[in-house]
Amino acid sequence: MWESFLEFCSWFFVTGDPLIYGAMVSIALTMVAIVFVLTKYKKWGWLWREWLTTVDHKKIGIMYLIASLLMLFRGGVDAILMRVQLAFPNLEFLHSDHYNAIFTTHGTIMILFMAMPMMFGLFNMVVPLQLGARDVAFPFLNAVSFWLFMFGAMLFNLSFVIGGSPDAGWLSYPPLSQNEFSPGPGQNFWIWGIQISGIGSLATGINFIVTILKMRAPGMKLMKMPMFSWSVFSSCIMIILAFPILTVTIALLYLDRFAGAHFFTMDGGGNPMMYLNLIWMWGHPEVYIVVVPAFGIFSEVVATFAKKKLFGYKSMVAAVMGIAILSFFTWAHHFFTMGTSASVIAFFAITTMLIAIPTGVKVFNWLFTMYRGKISFKQPMMWTIAFIPCFVVGGATGVMLSVAPADYQYHNSYFLIAHFHQVLIGGVVFGYLAGIYYWWPKLFGFKLDEKLGAWGFWLWNIGFYVCFMPQYALGFMGMTRRYYTYGWDYGWESLNLVSTVGAFLMGAGFVFQVWQILYSIKHGERDTTGDPWNGRTLEWSIPSPAPFYNFAVVPQVKETDDFWRVKEEKANGTYKEEPVHLEPIHMPKNSGLPFIMSVFWFIAGFGFVWEWVWMAAIGMIGVFLTMWARSFQYDTDYYVPVDEVRRTEASLGRVY
Amino acid sequence: MQQVAKNHEHGHAHDHEHGHEEHEQLKVLGFWIFLVTDCILFGTLFATYAVMNHSFAGGPTGAELFALPGVIASTFILLTSSFTSGLAILAMNKGKVKELIGWLIVTALLGLSFIYLEVTEFIHLVHEGATIATSGFWSAFYTLVGTHGLHVSIGLFWMLAIIIQLRRRGLTPVTRRKVTTLSLYWHFLDVVWIFLFTVVYLMGVM
Repeated sequence: MWESFLEFCSWFFVTGDPLIYGAMVSIALTMVAIVFVLTKYKKWGWLWREWLTTVDHKKIGIMYLIASLLMLFRGGVDAILMRVQLAFPNLEFLHSDHYNAIFTTHGTIMILFMAMPMMFGLFNMVVPLQLGARDVAFPFLNAVSFWLFMFGAMLFNLSFVIGGSPDAGWLSYPPLSQNEFSPGPGQNFWIWGIQISGIGSLATGINFIVTILKMRAPGMKLMKMPMFSWSVFSSCIMIILAFPILTVTIALLYLDRFAGAHFFTMDGGGNPMMYLNLIWMWGHPEVYIVVVPAFGIFSEVVATFAKKKLFGYKSMVAAVMGIAILSFFTWAHHFFTMGTSASVIAFFAITTMLIAIPTGVKVFNWLFTMYRGKISFKQPMMWTIAFIPCFVVGGATGVMLSVAPADYQYHNSYFLIAHFHQVLIGGVVFGYLAGIYYWWPKLFGFKLDEKLGAWGFWLWNIGFYVCFMPQYALGFMGMTRRYYTYGWDYGWESLNLVSTVGAFLMGAGFVFQVWQILYSIKHGERDTTGDPWNGRTLEWSIPSPAPFYNFAVVPQVKETDDFWRVKEEKANGTYKEEPVHLEPIHMPKNSGLPFIMSVFWFIAGFGFVWEWVWMAAIGMIGVFLTMWARSFQYDTDYYVPVDEVRRTEASLGRVY
Repeated sequence: MQQVAKNHEHGHAHDHEHGHEEHEQLKVLGFWIFLVTDCILFGTLFATYAVMNHSFAGGPTGAELFALPGVIASTFILLTSSFTSGLAILAMNKGKVKELIGWLIVTALLGLSFIYLEVTEFIHLVHEGATIATSGFWSAFYTLVGTHGLHVSIGLFWMLAIIIQLRRRGLTPVTRRKVTTLSLYWHFLDVVWIFLFTVVYLMGVM
């Protein structure tokens, strides 16, 4: 009995690596600590009522933000480990297998479990407030999305200590990801972690499209909608069109592994290249899904901190929507080397170059917005200004990669690695950080400390160039991605060492930012006005942090930057005060079902991962029953009485 | 949006009713967008099937094993069920709950017989030696047809839930919206089946 238990443990848990034993101990200790603190301070009920069952978009946004910062930490540690391994030739810090696992989880986590939730966090924190809405269109579904993401991410991260990490690259290309070459549950963790959170992403896409189309405040025509909401709209359209492809693709990969199907196998009529086509039909739009909202953030930040109307609003709208369409016609540029006909390659090369046009339009719009503006160099603006040159260089190297004949040289080299890190860090991460700094006071009621933020900013920026500029050169020198080590005779050692130093600088930047958050919780400048940056859009017209119903009175919108209009009219005395009439506010009730349903998804996913059919069946039946139960719930909303609204507003310093 | 504006002009009593109805409309729009995503899902499966169309790997082909009479029967059953779900909507618009429930039951029974025929077809094919692991072609076949069948099966459970709710609550804005989205879903599956019947079965035996 004991023997067989030990045997089970030896393959169930990941064994044999001191780094992982350390991680297991720290995970166990953290969990014990959390349980202890919650029990000691009697916070279980609070946790359940205020967070686990919430359908408030702002709280969901905050949970997304916390989760994505944790994932940024995990993905960042992966990056640091890789850079340590590559710092010197012939290093034995990580074994080749471990290295494979780490670059796989780094990529997957950074895109799917860091960038995506950080983006969804920003959607949730900002869009309803910008539109003058009380919540998203489907608050319950919104909670389902979040918990599916959360449990998908947990399932994926579990692979680190249970069963073994996936190690076939961040997109798990077959045949490497098939049973023959990747036996065991690792690849299944990859599939089901992404599958479960992907369903949530799809639902968020639907949710925000309906929110944007139907929940705007009266008078806010589409062409008067703030730019960030436009970029969210573009991103969500790409989500609903691209994510089903991902769902199918990884489901087919799972069928290959679990049921012995022959979609992507080398035998039985399978075709591995079909996987590449399918995964990139999702994968290329995916990078635009994450970067377009960053463009929206920059547009808001630039207008606010240059104290000018956004230059070229209409061309900006055209550009984000154009990118949404073009993004679906470029996927094959990820494998120009697959050996297809010249005309196919030419098509994808040209569509890829075309993307540079709307992107270029945006860059000029931001520059012209700043031109002759009174720029105040607050943190959001700093990140925006840092983004522009960084992204221009990243874009230019992207155009270099789109030149198909030249791509045969760059393909899968460190040149490519440097390129996509430059657009993803310089574009997405800088953008989201700008957004977080910008909207932080609205969510939490205080600003993040400028001084510590400046440390973080400069360390990130200097670290970025130190880390990735050498990688362009390394690519030209013949270093390809996924090498776990190299010899002294290659001549790569000095540039690699410099790159590793850069990675540590960025890591230090992150540490400063965490410190900044912790410091600012106590000492950050409080926002008592609700409008700390002299903002232009509706979210700044309400108190910070926003009350749970957002707007006591639904605003009537006349112009694009409507709050700015109101402030200007008040300043020059032309503002007409309209009689305020408070009404009961219709709000959704909290529900535990999204959480419970996602727990069942997790159980099902774990069963699928280990190919334990009984467990998968229990999980799926649970998912089904929770959906059934939801269908029979009719008492899902309530009205906030006028008295309560008045009291809440008074406590925030607004008298009606 | 305009309705939001209207809301403000109305008094309180109206407001509550309005809030609900407006929200039900949002859900119908959301459901349309969900159908867009489902379209892409089936589109991807169709594309996969097209790529795998001749990947028999020396195993049986579709032309050898497909038995058209059964498939044609199930096609007519599903088409009829789409028609009866339309009749259910007409009954709903006339406010006749009993008739509505009756047509939903007929639709569900037709759907059930469709699933029965599909399952027997699959069993037959497996006995003939065509499983999901036989070749790329059969993997794509079972996945595409099976995904459609899974959708129909889920639709049956959903229909059951709505029939129970209609019996308990009658016609309200909420149950009306639920019947509307269910019938959208059912018609959508019918359209998918028409493509499936053409691409998989008709073109398969040609």
